Amino acid sequence: MKRVYPDKEYCIGCHLCELACITAHSASKDLIIAYRDERAASGLSPCKRVFEKGDTCVAISCRHCDEPSCVAACISGGLHKDPETGRTVYDRDKCVGCWSCLMACPYGAIRRHPIENKIVKCDLCEGRAEGPACVQACPNAALKYEER
Amino acid sequence: MLFQPVNKNYHEFCIDRDPDLCISCKVCVRQCSYQAHFFDEARQKVVHDNTKCIGCHRCEALCPTAALNIRNKPSDFRTNKLWRPVFLQNIYKQADTGGVLLAGMGSPVDIPVYWDRMLLDASQVTNPSIDPLREPMELKTFLGAKPRKISVENDKNGKPSLKTKLSPQIELEVPIMFAAMSFGAINFNLHQAMARAATETGVVYNTGEGGLHKSLYKYGRNTIVQVASGRFGVHLDYLKAGVGIEIKVGQGAKPGIGGHLPGEKINDKVSETRMVPIGSDAISPAPHHDIYSIEDLLQLIFALKEASEYKVPVAVKIAAVHNVAAIASGIVRAGADIVTIDGMRGGTGAAPAMIRDNVGIPIELALAQVDQRLRDEGIRNQASIVAAGGIRCSADVVKAIALGADAVYIGTATLIAVGCTICGRCYTGKCPWGIATNDPKLSKRQNPDIAAKKLTNLIHAWGHEIEEMLGGMGLNSIESLRGNRDKLRGVGLSDTELDILGIKHAGR
Repeated sequence: MKRVYPDKEYCIGCHLCELACITAHSASKDLIIAYRDERAASGLSPCKRVFEKGDTCVAISCRHCDEPSCVAACISGGLHKDPETGRTVYDRDKCVGCWSCLMACPYGAIRRHPIENKIVKCDLCEGRAEGPACVQACPNAALKYEER
Repeated sequence: MLFQPVNKNYHEFCIDRDPDLCISCKVCVRQCSYQAHFFDEARQKVVHDNTKCIGCHRCEALCPTAALNIRNKPSDFRTNKLWRPVFLQNIYKQADTGGVLLAGMGSPVDIPVYWDRMLLDASQVTNPSIDPLREPMELKTFLGAKPRKISVENDKNGKPSLKTKLSPQIELEVPIMFAAMSFGAINFNLHQAMARAATETGVVYNTGEGGLHKSLYKYGRNTIVQVASGRFGVHLDYLKAGVGIEIKVGQGAKPGIGGHLPGEKINDKVSETRMVPIGSDAISPAPHHDIYSIEDLLQLIFALKEASEYKVPVAVKIAAVHNVAAIASGIVRAGADIVTIDGMRGGTGAAPAMIRDNVGIPIELALAQVDQRLRDEGIRNQASIVAAGGIRCSADVVKAIALGADAVYIGTATLIAVGCTICGRCYTGKCPWGIATNDPKLSKRQNPDIAAKKLTNLIHAWGHEIEEMLGGMGLNSIESLRGNRDKLRGVGLSDTELDILGIKHAGR
């Protein structure tokens, strides 16, 4: 399956992927409204985070693992592996906010929702015609959406 | 501003931040390597300090809401044709520091650009123009000494073969090369990008004086290695690594001046390639300490030919200065196979501003004179001429070739293709576009995959345009244009200028 692969050699730490992510997952699909209003009102936050240490930085999001620890850890059936697409799918309605997946994820790619008892996780921008927003926004091709 | 020296307030640029669009996302804060943008904790928003802006436009280019505009500061000193603002600024600066004014990139001074004063011809009625998309068009160029005449012999069956022994040549698909920009002055990512783009397009790039990193030897078929006064990274394998060797005597941006790569730019890779300790300044002396005459140059040329077993042509690069034609003649007679002339608008990573803006002559005049002199002396075939310094577009390339160049070097255009905005602060090592810097955090802004693609595109685009212009003139080969000054006409030039350029005025 196609996944988003970060390249730490060329990640410049601009955080534009995070901004693209919240725009794509916002109600308004407008960066300015999403960043200024929706973040505060509905706790909109990016599924992807840029981690930095020294000169190195890298954008981490759900890797949609072949054998996801988060799915195994999930107590409510809120996370499952889609056998057709291979994606690790999050069902917000089933999620009870126990954070087991957060602790299970070896990449730290799942985050708590800032105000609700839910999680925030990459859905590979499902249904978005241009593919994942973060990849489209990356100015240095440090994110690649491809089969490996 | 409070606590600032008075003349800090005479800054060059203003950052316009549209408060309706700025969301304080800090992208500009992270991109600016001069700390012009910062997050103000007290106000809880991103603000800026205009005095720190160098006008590189990196923030403007990456701002996701298009909230930023960088413009010249509108405040002007009283209009004075003699004491223009730049002179005031320079004096204030020097009164503060007591130092030499440093500058980066080519000279911005207002001297005539002769490319803009020359126009090309096209075919009408009496000779047909050629459509390069339908008919063959030859841009292939060979650099190196050509025989005065060739002799051919026929075998028993009458099949001819060449009897003359040809000198080694550099083969170019398009008469454009990436100019010498040393590893150290620009970073490894860009060296790799130039090597890959040259390989992809069938041209060559010049290593500059900083040696060749061992991982780039595999691109040797598209590499010219340079030997300059500092002799950085020069050893036998290096001399044999490329398809040509260039002795750099002078640089258009700073004729008569050496180079100084500050220790901060010498990281581990640069250190092993240049063969100097990490963190030590790499200083290129102004002269080659073994060249004080044409005879000395001859010795070096033949030492290098001997070392490379006469398998590659040897070029000599000089800055365009007053007696450039006579110097070029001497260089050819000393045995150089290629003469590179670098005009005064050529770029640099660092040069004293006074030298850059006041020393040398424009490439157009130098090129025309060198070509004419070598022809007059009957030695034009002994060497190819490469023009460099201020080639901005494919029309400049065509005009240069019509003036007598065999090929051109593009340096500044190469950097612009990968994002350079000619802010001219290359010497600080803080290039926000990741070009003239070895800071690991900044240099990764140049992804070699992207950069190589952009450079490849540039060569292809210019190649197509050159074919179009040639076709329009009814020529189907770049050879037919070389030194063909009848294809050029001057506009608004004096008789002296026309005479030096060897062209007629438009209308004649």
